[in-house]
Amino acid sequence: MDWSFILEKIVLIVIVILVTLGLALYTTFAERKVAAFLQDRPGPNRVGPMGLFQPFADGLKLIMKEDLIPSHANKQLFILGPFLAMSAALLVSGIIPWSTPIEINHTKISLQIADINIGVLYAFAVVSIGVYGILIGGWASNNKFSLLAALRGASQAISYELPMGLSLIALICLTGTLSLSDIVQQQAQAGHWWYVAYQPLGFLLFFICALAECNRTPFDLPEAENELNFGYHQEYSSMKLGFYLFAEYVNMIMSSAIMACLYFGGYDVPFVDETLLNPNLAAVLGLISILFKIVIFLFVFMWIRWTIPRFRYDQLMNLGWKKLMPLALANLILTIFISLILKS
Amino acid sequence: MTPQAILFCILAIIAIVAAIMVIIQKNPIKSILWLLVVFFALSAIYFSLNAQFLAIINLIVYAGAIMVLFLFVLMLINFKSLETIQKKYRFVFYAVVIVCGVLTLLMLLINQTQSLQKVSILNDSNNVGLIENLGKTLYLDYGVPFELTSILFLTAIIGAVLLSKIKKIEI
Repeated sequence: MDWSFILEKIVLIVIVILVTLGLALYTTFAERKVAAFLQDRPGPNRVGPMGLFQPFADGLKLIMKEDLIPSHANKQLFILGPFLAMSAALLVSGIIPWSTPIEINHTKISLQIADINIGVLYAFAVVSIGVYGILIGGWASNNKFSLLAALRGASQAISYELPMGLSLIALICLTGTLSLSDIVQQQAQAGHWWYVAYQPLGFLLFFICALAECNRTPFDLPEAENELNFGYHQEYSSMKLGFYLFAEYVNMIMSSAIMACLYFGGYDVPFVDETLLNPNLAAVLGLISILFKIVIFLFVFMWIRWTIPRFRYDQLMNLGWKKLMPLALANLILTIFISLILKS
Repeated sequence: MTPQAILFCILAIIAIVAAIMVIIQKNPIKSILWLLVVFFALSAIYFSLNAQFLAIINLIVYAGAIMVLFLFVLMLINFKSLETIQKKYRFVFYAVVIVCGVLTLLMLLINQTQSLQKVSILNDSNNVGLIENLGKTLYLDYGVPFELTSILFLTAIIGAVLLSKIKKIEI
């Protein structure tokens, strides 16, 4: 392990985090524009050309506000909550293969921060850690609405992790590996389809569970404003609130990236054989490809948010345990049988 | 000391300090958060021993599921009512004696067992704890014990479902 390797990784980490945050900044803007489009109104259009500087104005507004800590709140945990939510959201970015390696002076530089051979499980673990941000923030606020929201968030996250895990296992039966970069490379091979073609039901289940894990409508029960005022971040103000709101968008981007890698070929450009191209050109094309897929997923997330009303709590639990779980199990068993028959 | 040994020392100290914090915290919620730190430190040690699967499963199962349920339950408890419960130091004494006894026994056993003494982690054997080898060992060498364990788990799951179904237990 030499210093250039560590330096390379640190530079990569900083770039990835900055790009993710920038993307998240403009996702908030896109959300408002998409909402406006779906509701037939212009949306934010005052700050800068076409309202493009709106997210900066929003950020400035959040930073400038007074940072209140309620007197009855548990101070340390109150501060820890948004920090946990944000760092858990950003941790996933470490294993996503953003593109094929680039070549500078004949040395290959990988665009993946860490290629661990259990990448999928790592993402799963980080997602399950993410719920602590909501739980701790909600409890430390010492407010019954926040607490209720936190409990809802935790039970929802735990319930939907199960079908998510089961649909992942079905996918892993096909790939035979847990490494995200290997899974993407398998899909990038000529003559191999994207895994969504082999696992359509698995993808659908994974997508629904990703919606639930990101607390997006129709699963945004932790922040159901008409029942719980504002949900688990009700007592938060200033940048702590900003962290919570921002973590949701970072989570969306990360789950879109994971879905793109697992089911839609990651950085693979369809019908193009990347090995024939100049490696740097292929890397740029791959990066554009994965970003394009992420943007499409983000749009679908927003589309769903502004189309479908929120579930009731019992409906949420029924859907998770009585519909998604059996479906995911059936999908898993079917996948195992078919792949065994095809292999023998 | 090798870098690995230094890393192990740092992680071990973190784990032990966090474990002590778990017991001396008065607020149970904070105890759980310190326990989380212990799990993270242990997972990091597993990682440094190249047992990646064990490390991540430790996080998913303990940090991701069990501790969330613990937090879930504790958040609904009114701690002020707990403070009025008188502490019985008599039990603390017995607990300390029992725990120390068990620990000494374990140490003696580990010292005497031949197979545990000569275990050394080789840095260059990169695939000791990898998921492929773990799977092969579990399913080829220890197939029957593994299946028996899974039946045990299944029984526990069915038992839990049954317990939640029965509304009134008549004794």
